[in-house]
Amino acid sequence: MSRILSTYGGILVAAMGQTLLLALYGLLFACVIGMVVGIMSVLHNRACRAIAAIFVNLIRGVPMIVLAYFIFFGVPYFWNTILQIGGLTLTALQAGTICLALNCGAYMAEIIRAGIESVDVGQMEAARSLGLPYWRSMQRVVLPQAIKTMIPSIINQFIITLKDTSILSVIGFPELVNTAKNVVAATFLSFQTWAVVGLMYLIVILLLQRAAKVLERRLKYAK
Amino acid sequence: MKKIMTMLMVAAMLLMTCAALAEDYAIATDTAFRPFEYTDETGTLVGIDVEILAAVAEDQGFTYTIEPLGWDASIAACQAGQKDGMIAGASITDARKESGWIFSDGYYNATQSMAVAQGSSISGFDGLSGLSVAVKIGTQSKDYADSLAETYGFTVVTFESSPDVYQAVIGGQCAACFDDTPIMADYIKSNGVPLQLVDGTANEGADYGFAVFSPDKQELVDKFNAGLANIKASGVYDEILAKYLGE
Repeated sequence: MSRILSTYGGILVAAMGQTLLLALYGLLFACVIGMVVGIMSVLHNRACRAIAAIFVNLIRGVPMIVLAYFIFFGVPYFWNTILQIGGLTLTALQAGTICLALNCGAYMAEIIRAGIESVDVGQMEAARSLGLPYWRSMQRVVLPQAIKTMIPSIINQFIITLKDTSILSVIGFPELVNTAKNVVAATFLSFQTWAVVGLMYLIVILLLQRAAKVLERRLKYAK
Repeated sequence: MKKIMTMLMVAAMLLMTCAALAEDYAIATDTAFRPFEYTDETGTLVGIDVEILAAVAEDQGFTYTIEPLGWDASIAACQAGQKDGMIAGASITDARKESGWIFSDGYYNATQSMAVAQGSSISGFDGLSGLSVAVKIGTQSKDYADSLAETYGFTVVTFESSPDVYQAVIGGQCAACFDDTPIMADYIKSNGVPLQLVDGTANEGADYGFAVFSPDKQELVDKFNAGLANIKASGVYDEILAKYLGE
């Protein structure tokens, strides 16, 4: 255990940095996708709802490792070799971000849709009958109530996404699991290395949960 | 509660006796390391390693099961005692011996070299400055690439299998790859993988060996060595190499 920490500790911590970077990028785009798709799925426009439903079902129906291989190996091959257009290269960070954003975005969309639908229809009707336009009512009346119920699920989804970055070790992104595999390959100390890596994830996620709890409490009192 | 515990104990004991009763050796190998191991059109695991092991087992009269776990998973499974040994084109090196590998005699000599996408302008290590190079986790090729990375200013990116490594180069995500020379040559020749080997990039190379990870398994290594000597003498070994490498 001490050999792993003293010799490879620095590398593993740097790899955790890469994991967090990837998770951050992924979550940022996932929030945008989730927001757009989530709201699309509660609109009255049928086309919007259909597009949102197709997106969510498609992404939810495909394991993330398949999505990762597809985006990193499949898409550039399709573009450059099959279509002969050429010039598309994706770095592991770009492909990983797209993958996380799509995957997490689909789940976020569902959380947001469920959050909005959990607010009684009467709230919207009341706002509208007071003369507020649809978007105004959504923004001022429905969303503030919806967000409170969404927060715990969104935090949960953030944690899942942080852990899902480990799947992207297969496309060569030097995040924690990919780096740990190389450490194991160099030292053959599997038990020690994976124990250290597990603890590192645990510590980061516990800190994240603590921060989330504080945030959740603040939001509660703000209302 | 007591009943459940008893049932669990019985189940666990049954599992353990099943494992103990099987006299077979459990051997691990890589998933795709052509022509040493790969799955053919009919879904059968074939290759030089697979046939050498089969010939040795027949000669020495032992039975075994072979499972393509992948390279680093094979190592981990042998270390953890889940598998008895592995035959996966593993180069015999001092560094590996020091970290607990126990090798048989060498059965094939291979070098590692660099390949680039067909039509690439890179003609040597000099052209790699600032670019990424793909290798497989925990291989000789990775060590070889690592030893050059600083001098030539490239980044080493690691994947789990040889096909993943090649795809990263073909797709343009990496500028070049390092892998065992006969493997790349065969993928280029038999599979039409659009890569080209770069002349003058090969290292000194090393023998491939069958490996176990515990002194208790020495008996299996001894059997392998005896069988290997016999199949070399009988000509079976040459037939297997000729079948996969041509000429």
